[in-house]
Amino acid sequence: MSTERVMIYKRFERFWHWSQAILIIGMMITGFEIHGTYSLLGFGRAVELHTLFAWTVLTLWAFTIVWQFTTGEWRQYLPGLRNVDAMIRYYLYGIFHGGKHPFNKTVLQKHNPLQRLAYLAFLALMGPMIWGSGLFYLFYNQWPRFGLDAYISLEWVAFVHVVGAFTITTFFFVHVYLTTTGPTLLTHIRSMITGYDDHEH
Amino acid sequence: MSGDAVKAISRVFGWLLFLSLCLGSAAFARTTDHSTLDALQGPFKTGPDVTKACLSCHNKAGHQVMKSVHWTWDKISPTTGKRLGKKFAANNFCGSPLSNEPRCTSCHAGYGWRDNTFDFTQQDNVDCLACHDTTSTYKKIATDAGHPLYEPREIPPGSGKIVQPPNLAKIAQQVGKPGRNNCGACHFNGGGGDAVKHGDLDSSLIKPSKSLDVHMGVDGQNMVCADCHTFNDHQPSGSRYAVRATDSHGIDLPKDDHDRATCESCHSATPHKKDKLNDHTNRVACQSCHIPEFARGGIATKMLWDWSTGGKRGPDGKPLYINDDHGHLIYSAEKGDFKYAENVRPEYKWYNGVVHQIAITDKIDDSRILEINRVEGSASDANARIWPFKVMHGKQPYDTVNKTLVVNHVFGKDDTAFWTNFDYAKAIQAGMDYAGLPYSGKFGFIETRMNWFITHMVAPKEKAVPCGECHTKSDEGRLAGLTDFYMPGRDAKPWLDFIGWAAVVMAIFGGLAHAAVRITIARRNRRAS
Ligand code: HEM
Repeated sequence: MSTERVMIYKRFERFWHWSQAILIIGMMITGFEIHGTYSLLGFGRAVELHTLFAWTVLTLWAFTIVWQFTTGEWRQYLPGLRNVDAMIRYYLYGIFHGGKHPFNKTVLQKHNPLQRLAYLAFLALMGPMIWGSGLFYLFYNQWPRFGLDAYISLEWVAFVHVVGAFTITTFFFVHVYLTTTGPTLLTHIRSMITGYDDHEH
Repeated sequence: MSGDAVKAISRVFGWLLFLSLCLGSAAFARTTDHSTLDALQGPFKTGPDVTKACLSCHNKAGHQVMKSVHWTWDKISPTTGKRLGKKFAANNFCGSPLSNEPRCTSCHAGYGWRDNTFDFTQQDNVDCLACHDTTSTYKKIATDAGHPLYEPREIPPGSGKIVQPPNLAKIAQQVGKPGRNNCGACHFNGGGGDAVKHGDLDSSLIKPSKSLDVHMGVDGQNMVCADCHTFNDHQPSGSRYAVRATDSHGIDLPKDDHDRATCESCHSATPHKKDKLNDHTNRVACQSCHIPEFARGGIATKMLWDWSTGGKRGPDGKPLYINDDHGHLIYSAEKGDFKYAENVRPEYKWYNGVVHQIAITDKIDDSRILEINRVEGSASDANARIWPFKVMHGKQPYDTVNKTLVVNHVFGKDDTAFWTNFDYAKAIQAGMDYAGLPYSGKFGFIETRMNWFITHMVAPKEKAVPCGECHTKSDEGRLAGLTDFYMPGRDAKPWLDFIGWAAVVMAIFGGLAHAAVRITIARRNRRAS
């Protein structure tokens, strides 16, 4: 049996992943301060930073979307229900009993079926929910100019935004935990940093 | 034009306007030296003699003043159509000027309004000097119906202190534009004494520091009242009877109406560098953030006036007066109980410029606290903004049968005046008779509130109210009482938070539990092998 190092996560992808991670953590911290959960930086500072992070992450996402489509990587998020059950069985049983991970990362298939579903949910549901409501929130004062104030209220925009925020926060903790489920605790994290994954043949 | 371009241009105009204000008061030399005018050589026996001399050149000034509220004390509300002004609107301070004229009219811009026979058409009775004296030596004395002293007099009687009359000729020769002293002589003393009434107007504004008032500070812009309260034909701008709760006009350019008594007149509606702050200006009055506290100049303002306890006498049988440790009069036989405060955080209310002002003749509901001037507005009212107020607490006499407030005759040497005889029954009867109003003869005391919006004593921007004092869940939040709109930082939905945090906690503990099972089984397997 030989071990081969394969580049799974390309440089832009890693840059995108980690800067997004930092920004989202930043937005979590400042967002829940704006929400009134605690006070850390002061409401005004929190709003300023949250807004700065929001614009940064929106820019990042714009680049990322272009990248996904020009490289064809967007296909990585195409869902399929095949083998999802195998993944669930693995996390609920196999992982405890030395079972083999049912999925092997390759350049063409970076994500296991469960990941595909989860990341698709992130990109297609949680993301738009948070940035959509966030943009409405940001442009609150421009609503009347477009006659929007007749249809939406800040209360409900904030509601959607907060639902999005809780969903993302929940996602975040599950996501972080699952990174520890590789061959060693840090395997997955390491490959997201270096880009390489060790493949056994 | 883009918003930014408009902003840049308005900023430039703002500075131009400001420069022209400064130049207007400093560089442009006067074209008349009043001290050389024959008409002003004096000597003048009385105030009206001075006025005659003024009017001999300024032949329209008298009639201009006579149209102003400074003279008429009478105004139709532009919003409710109701007749207001000191003569009609009720308040919870001194009460009504009716029957008490010689005392109250010491702040009338005229001479001789002693009783209801005063001739409002007599232009020689206009007082020019009250506003145009620049020597600070001209004083209308408290009890002479608007006249200054003409002969030396012992004040207060029996004190041995002889007060000299002002030199009218000298004053007339040095007239000029109204300064802080002129306006302050009356407006800092509303309610009968320094700082009593407004809370944001008191004698600390005569020579304020920048930290007390960023516009008037003598170490800063050194502006005077009339720089904002611009006058047109002797009509002042900026009145509490005709408030623009929202100034949609914005910067007042020379082509406009020369009414600068709103912040927006110079600063525009979007003066902040940070957009999020500008986003507030359509719903929050500038004053709400920029005047964090009122009565900041070291002089306490009255917060409560309870007339119902008036008339007590001490053990010596003399009318009782009690001072607290700070030297504030907290009980007076003439006026009842008082409470004072300094550095007071205002109360905040929605306000669209409409005030429902009770007149002395209105029927009132005595089953609850009477709000003498309810301000109108709500979050759903696009013309309303959140404004800061001093809310004055009062308890005052009313007719328990007819359900009206009453005219209380307080001042005078006759045997009905309350401040001389301490008998409400007589004093109210006399006041109502004088006013010609129906009175049942039965009186009680009703608790009242009065709203005084706060608009002076603007602090430097570093001292503006920080965001978190409104955007907070705390009951102490400045806007805790205004619950008819969603405010970030305050209005989380508890059930959503519950579900949300439950999900987050489950995610964390789910991971930890999963990890625990992994570890335990791995250990067991290792031991087994
Ligand atoms: C592109 C993405 C985002 C945009 C444009 C955005 C924008 C905003 C804006 C404008 C506000 C209101 C601030 C104010 O009061 O002025 C806000 C509040 C908030 N944001 Fe975001 N945000 C984004 C992403 C996130 C993320 C990723 C999270 C957390 C995971 C988050 C959590 C929150 C929370 C909890 C609030 C408080 C809502 C409330 O209580 O009303 N936001 N956001």
